[in-house]
Amino acid sequence: MSSDQPFITDESRVVTETRDSRMTGQGDRFNSRLREAFGSSPFILTKFDKFLNWCRGSSMFMLQFGIACCSIEMMHTYAVKHDLDRFGSGVPRASPRQADVMIVPGTIVSKFAPRMKRVYDQMPEPKFVVGMGSCTISGGPFQEGYNVIKGAEEVIPIDIHVPGCPPRPEALVYGVVKLQERIANGEAAPVTVKPYELEEFSDLEKDELVETLADQIDEDELVMRYNFADSP
Amino acid sequence: MSLEAPDTTETDEVPERTPDELEALLGDLVIDRDDHLNAPGFVIRPDAVQETLSRLKSEAGYDHLSLVTAQEYENRYESIYHLKKFDDPTQEVSVVVPADKDDPVSESGDAVFRTADWHEREAYDLIGIEYDDHPDLRRILLPETWQGHPLSMDYDKDRPQIATLPEHANPLEDHHHDSESDTMFLNIGPHHPATHGVLHLKTILDGEQVIDVEPDIGYLHRCEEQMAQSGTYRHQIMPYPDRWDYISAGLLNEWAYARAAEDLADIEVPEYAQVIRTMGAEMCRIAAHMLALATFALDVNGDFTATFMYAINDRERVQDLLEDLTGQRLMFNYFRLGGVVWDLPEPRGEFFSKTRDFLDQLPGSVEEYHDLVTANEIFQMRTIDTGILPPEVAKNYGATGPVARGSGVDYDLRRDDPYGYYDELEWDVVTEDGCDNYSRLLVRMREVEESAKIIEQCIDLLEDWPEEERNIQANVPRTLRPDDDTEIYRAVEAAKGELGIYMRADGTDKPARFKIRSPCFSNLQTLPEMANGEYIPDVIAALGSLDIVLGEVDR
Repeated sequence: MSSDQPFITDESRVVTETRDSRMTGQGDRFNSRLREAFGSSPFILTKFDKFLNWCRGSSMFMLQFGIACCSIEMMHTYAVKHDLDRFGSGVPRASPRQADVMIVPGTIVSKFAPRMKRVYDQMPEPKFVVGMGSCTISGGPFQEGYNVIKGAEEVIPIDIHVPGCPPRPEALVYGVVKLQERIANGEAAPVTVKPYELEEFSDLEKDELVETLADQIDEDELVMRYNFADSP
Repeated sequence: MSLEAPDTTETDEVPERTPDELEALLGDLVIDRDDHLNAPGFVIRPDAVQETLSRLKSEAGYDHLSLVTAQEYENRYESIYHLKKFDDPTQEVSVVVPADKDDPVSESGDAVFRTADWHEREAYDLIGIEYDDHPDLRRILLPETWQGHPLSMDYDKDRPQIATLPEHANPLEDHHHDSESDTMFLNIGPHHPATHGVLHLKTILDGEQVIDVEPDIGYLHRCEEQMAQSGTYRHQIMPYPDRWDYISAGLLNEWAYARAAEDLADIEVPEYAQVIRTMGAEMCRIAAHMLALATFALDVNGDFTATFMYAINDRERVQDLLEDLTGQRLMFNYFRLGGVVWDLPEPRGEFFSKTRDFLDQLPGSVEEYHDLVTANEIFQMRTIDTGILPPEVAKNYGATGPVARGSGVDYDLRRDDPYGYYDELEWDVVTEDGCDNYSRLLVRMREVEESAKIIEQCIDLLEDWPEEERNIQANVPRTLRPDDDTEIYRAVEAAKGELGIYMRADGTDKPARFKIRSPCFSNLQTLPEMANGEYIPDVIAALGSLDIVLGEVDR
């Protein structure tokens, strides 16, 4: 060992150099905002919820779910050129049990609405929904149709609406990124509690709202009602 | 039916009968005449449908039941059977069957043409005509629980539709294994990656073999016919065709409406606009066939990474061109009655060179697809000799487009019933005799090459078109009111086959009846023929090779 390259014993110098090279210069590709927050230390202090929300937002599995015209643009968004996977949200899963996010790409009609509800119910919580296109907002160009549900929100809750007929892939990417942002900031409700769960799993008294909702249900003959006249 | 190479002298071989000769052939079956703009129409009694259709089929050679239209008048119901010949689709005849207003019953044509099965179910579902001797008269598009017939006159739109939960119960909740037999009931869809949208296949299996498969459609029934009937001819209908076959085949669909409406209102389209239309339509065909290839490879090979991405990449290129031309990626709304909405994008030279670049790289990528897909041994084992559709069966079911041409039926409306600029250009109709999944894919891939030929010739023509003669639209009145009680049925060759429109004018600026003949609707009906007795994976391959679009099946 030559004397002009002494064995480095000063550990603090090594740490500083590593951090510097990561934050500037050749270590650039590791230079994320997270790294900046970490500095050279491997520890970070945060709230568990916040961390979990950030994880949820950064890794989303989409449900492979095609309904109508918008699904073509959705496929283009997943595929080359637009590549939704760049944003950590482009893995289409064929089974609803493996998916976090459902993009609703198209017109919902009376025959399909109960099926879509079932698919949504099969997704594990927390789950999020992106409504793609005008049809999921209001029924779009088919709003007057005798068979068309006037917006997906009549059937399932929706977190982000992307307008357009159909929206361009760029618009869908923007919508998904906005959803990620909302999830990371804890703005999208990660868990929805169903009335029967309240009843079954909690010792809380039924509140007035749940009571009224429950009263509306005819328990012997549950009814699905498509009231096209009264919906907006 | 000729199985040999396309021959232009074919029209001379098919003897044409005059309307009077046909009337003589039908004899006392005919009670009246009701001619349409496209064909002579014979009114017959509601109990003579089978006799009439079989005479026309066997003795006069009308072997293609293109469409069954049902409609309601003030004083009667009416079913119209639009017949054509596969050998010469310009020879048409309409069989008009009036039915009683109070008790609309008419005989089913199912015994003569299998394709009547689904068409009549749809007529029953939407209009409310009942068909005697129909094998299975149920609702087809709307849920079983639906009350009323939405396109009939007394339908109350404001009445809520109520379905009880038991009617929506999960059909798989019970254990469907029958202890007496070895069969099993399997639902495929309506949410399933292999069904290309929201199709539901009710499958009965014996082990891994399919005994019976029944497509259950209507999960995307968006009331397209109602939408068109409430829009005005001039502008309000044109955006909807884009949404029938939404796989980028917008311009082809728009052409179906444009052709029917232009013939109905007697509008001449300038030649320059026809060339632009032809070029745009063929670009759409390439995009549509690319997606058919991509999803077929996905279904058969599970190849999400290579073929799918390659094909999507080529689609992006075509969509770029179409976006330059029309201003939209998918829903073009580019055609107008009497022409197109605007000229080619400026600078024209850039558009031409961009299109030429695309055409130059196309043979290379087609070569690549052949390397990846059609020359792939695994792919060949999966597709050759599976999903057999004999030509007679294809004709009986009214299959058209690549599905029919893959079974050796030499039928292409672009050549046989020319419109646009097709008859001025050099190109060939592609047919394959394999009748299997592989042939249908090959037909599509070779059609991509033919489309490229057409686009190239159109580009050459457009480039040399004198500047002062670039007339993109005829002079069309602001409000169109075709004459009262004129009826027309016109079809074009869309990406999936014969896409036809029937329209009846009632003197107002909106059509009184607008009926869409969707190629996928008839093509999908052949699935049980192809799939019964095969293994489950072959059903998926057969479905992929049919290349259906649910937007067009359900309309």
